[in-house]
Amino acid sequence: MTLDTLFFYAFTTLTLGGAALAVTRPSAVHAAIALMVSLLGVAGLYLQLTAEFLFVTQIILYIGGILLLFLFVIMLVNLDAGRGLRQFHRRWPVGAAVTAVAGVVLAVLGSRVQLPPAQRMPETGNVELVADTLLQDYLVPFEVVSLLLLVAVVGSVLLGRKRA
Amino acid sequence: MSMFLDTLWLIPVFPLLGAALMMLLGRHQYLDPQEQSGPAAHGHHHDGGHDQDLRPRQGLRWLIGPLCSGFVLLSFLWSLGAVLAGRREQVLFTWVAGLPFPAFDGRMVQLTADWGYLLDPVSAVMILMVTGIGFLIHVYSIAYMAHDGGLYRYFGCLNLFVFFMLVLVMANNYLLLFVGWEGVGLASYLLIGFYFKRKTATDAAMKAFLMNRVGDAGYLLGLLFLLSIFGTLRFTAIEAAAHPLLPWATGLLLLGAVGKSAQIPLFPWLPDAMEGPTPVSALMHAATMVTAGVYLVVRAEPLYRLTPEVGGVAAGLGAATAVAAALMALTQHDIKKVLAYSTVSQLGLMFLALGVGAYWAALFHVVTHAFFKAQLFLGAGSVIHALDGEQDMRRMGGLRRRMPQTFRTMVMGALALAGWPGLAGFFSKDSILTAVWAASPALFAAGLLTALLTAFYMGRLCLLVFWGEYRGGRHVHESSKRMTVPLWVLNLGSVGAGWFAAPFAGWLGASAEPHSLGIMAASGVVAVAGLGGAYRVYGGGAGHGWAEGEGGLARWLRAGCGVDGFYQLAVVRGMARGGGAWLAAWDRGVIDGGVDGAGWLGRRLGAISKWSDTWMVDGAVRLTAFSVKAASFPVRYLQSGMTQSYGVVIVLSLAAMAGWYLWRSA
Amino acid sequence: MHYVAVSLGLLLIGTAGLLLRRNIVIILMSIELILNAVNLNLVAFARHHGNAAGQVFALFVIAVAVAEAAVGLGILLALYRNRETVQVDEIDLLKW
Repeated sequence: MTLDTLFFYAFTTLTLGGAALAVTRPSAVHAAIALMVSLLGVAGLYLQLTAEFLFVTQIILYIGGILLLFLFVIMLVNLDAGRGLRQFHRRWPVGAAVTAVAGVVLAVLGSRVQLPPAQRMPETGNVELVADTLLQDYLVPFEVVSLLLLVAVVGSVLLGRKRA
Repeated sequence: MSMFLDTLWLIPVFPLLGAALMMLLGRHQYLDPQEQSGPAAHGHHHDGGHDQDLRPRQGLRWLIGPLCSGFVLLSFLWSLGAVLAGRREQVLFTWVAGLPFPAFDGRMVQLTADWGYLLDPVSAVMILMVTGIGFLIHVYSIAYMAHDGGLYRYFGCLNLFVFFMLVLVMANNYLLLFVGWEGVGLASYLLIGFYFKRKTATDAAMKAFLMNRVGDAGYLLGLLFLLSIFGTLRFTAIEAAAHPLLPWATGLLLLGAVGKSAQIPLFPWLPDAMEGPTPVSALMHAATMVTAGVYLVVRAEPLYRLTPEVGGVAAGLGAATAVAAALMALTQHDIKKVLAYSTVSQLGLMFLALGVGAYWAALFHVVTHAFFKAQLFLGAGSVIHALDGEQDMRRMGGLRRRMPQTFRTMVMGALALAGWPGLAGFFSKDSILTAVWAASPALFAAGLLTALLTAFYMGRLCLLVFWGEYRGGRHVHESSKRMTVPLWVLNLGSVGAGWFAAPFAGWLGASAEPHSLGIMAASGVVAVAGLGGAYRVYGGGAGHGWAEGEGGLARWLRAGCGVDGFYQLAVVRGMARGGGAWLAAWDRGVIDGGVDGAGWLGRRLGAISKWSDTWMVDGAVRLTAFSVKAASFPVRYLQSGMTQSYGVVIVLSLAAMAGWYLWRSA
Repeated sequence: MHYVAVSLGLLLIGTAGLLLRRNIVIILMSIELILNAVNLNLVAFARHHGNAAGQVFALFVIAVAVAEAAVGLGILLALYRNRETVQVDEIDLLKW
């Protein structure tokens, strides 16, 4: 068992365990912390996949940005008031069954896929590679996404205003 | 000078500009900071009757009044130039382009209407009156409204009113006239409800609007009749000719006029309209807007000449209104209500004149009445302003020495209205009475009785307000120059306008009947007798007359002869209760009858369009709706509104797609 | 190939959270989990194919996730202010 495999399983444990905790903890704050763990695990997996840029982005954006946003909102609306309440939907068996069915189908589908032989990544550094691809091949989507972010900012400011 | 004629269309544009400016920019805090707090909950909250703005001037608030007054002044000068230059019919553009529709006898007529203005002597009189008196009242309002919030709203609506009134009187066809007609109704609604925090004001606004709707329905139906008969709505294109359906058209138009001019049975909205600011009452509910009904009948004069039976109805209604409203005015305690009922009564006189065919006399009375009634209302406003919003005459008195300017102008106005020989009201009333005498002695008696009562209640008003001892407890002082100067300008008209009866009639192309000395003497004697009678009863100061009492008759008259109560019972409460048996019967018999009648007409008019409507348009719509409903039968119930149910569906369909892919590849 | 399995696991956990929980904040978190699963998949395949397109795609997904989180939380705040609840099954205004 190489060190790589060891790290892979460690990160996988972090990811799946964190995720499982995140969707089961009654307290929203706990869930957010568990989510952070899970995201960290995903970041580690990125690192293993030689996606260093995404690793950094994941940590800065997801953990530094989105998660913080979640925590802020949780504090703002005092979500822990809902702690003692029923945590799961009344018709949860339906949801669970549907999830299970989807999982089985996707797993079978995944197991049957024939992949082409693996290619080697170019030897250039990851950031250069991402930058080249992003700003040459995907320039227009890049700009469109910036527009989307602007709209989202305006929209959320509007939604969050006191007397909306 | 023909420049003014070529640019006739500019006349209504000026006040529209002012209204647009106010409505769009007025809320800006530079313009009107006080609006932030809304208008005062009760009409007046003056600082001890001071007219000077005690607060530091805020922003550009001071600019609102002069700006809007300036627009109206511009409009006045422009129309003066145009009137002096001549006559003109100016079509700006085709507004409603040929809408074919079948007339009652199967012919196809084109519903076409231009947006066009007509300047002829009749409209010239009205234009000058609206803009001239409108300007004075704007100026007066600057001081009167200085302490009220919502100034931009006030002046914006006032300018809007002037615009629509100008459209009304300048329109060259009945349809455009109706635009102005509805527009002034809107402005009236907005301004009656100006103090919108006061429930009585909003109720009064609603009442005025709804009562006018009854008349407007008549107007619209009359319009359809006219179109069916003549195939056009343009004043200058209608060639008056007898027609079996013509009485319907003129009768329905008369119903519209009755609503707008507050005649029996649609009068109770006008006294209630006094909930608005006093200058508004002066401009709209005394001088100009309520005379739109008279103007309409004068406009349709050739048609009314062909239908004397409708004229008879108008005369009867007018006479009844004149006498009844004068009696009601006699018993009011509220100074503005006296003037309001007096307006109703004078409008009744005008309808009386219209009914007997004295169109120019009616219009002449419109003009003189506009002068002295605006003057009286503004004077009353000055008194109310000085007394911190006190309107009850029982708590006035002795104001002669404290408010000399207001006193003088108001007494002049009252004398003019009472018909004191030599003043404006005397001549115009005399013109009406002369014409009525030729038509029917009974109606003449009603007119003379009205004159007597008018003199009496105006005497009562002046004596209660200005003579005797002051019965209130406030510090009173004269209003500022900005309020008294318009009063004096109007006074010129109240005193002098009467002498121009003959030139006026000549200008309108009518011939004034020679004044008979007997009738002049009779009306003079009646006026003096009325004033004398008032002095006998009220000369001692506070009134102890029968009209002040709480006797059944006085109370009944004070409440507007129970018409309000009747409407309350029959319409408001009846509807509220959801329709009792009686109301249902009324509904079936009267309203449905009317609706059915209209429906019959509509059926005849629109047989083709109705058929296509029922079978093609409606059918298509229903078919679509039904098929959607049928197709959605099971799916509809999936839409529970629960987000997670949707989520389940999403995931399930995802799984289904993956499964399908598997099945395909297997 | 193991990465795809991890991604599938993450996706399923996220889906379960999405469908079963009542708390809207946690539902939003579940959506983040699902997006992360997608990202992991994309990056794994980018590695497999030896180019960076998948990574760029993952970046776009992150951007969309940011926008989604911002707007979603904004809606949540407005909702909480009006309805005093964050329990999703008490909100059924989108009904037929």
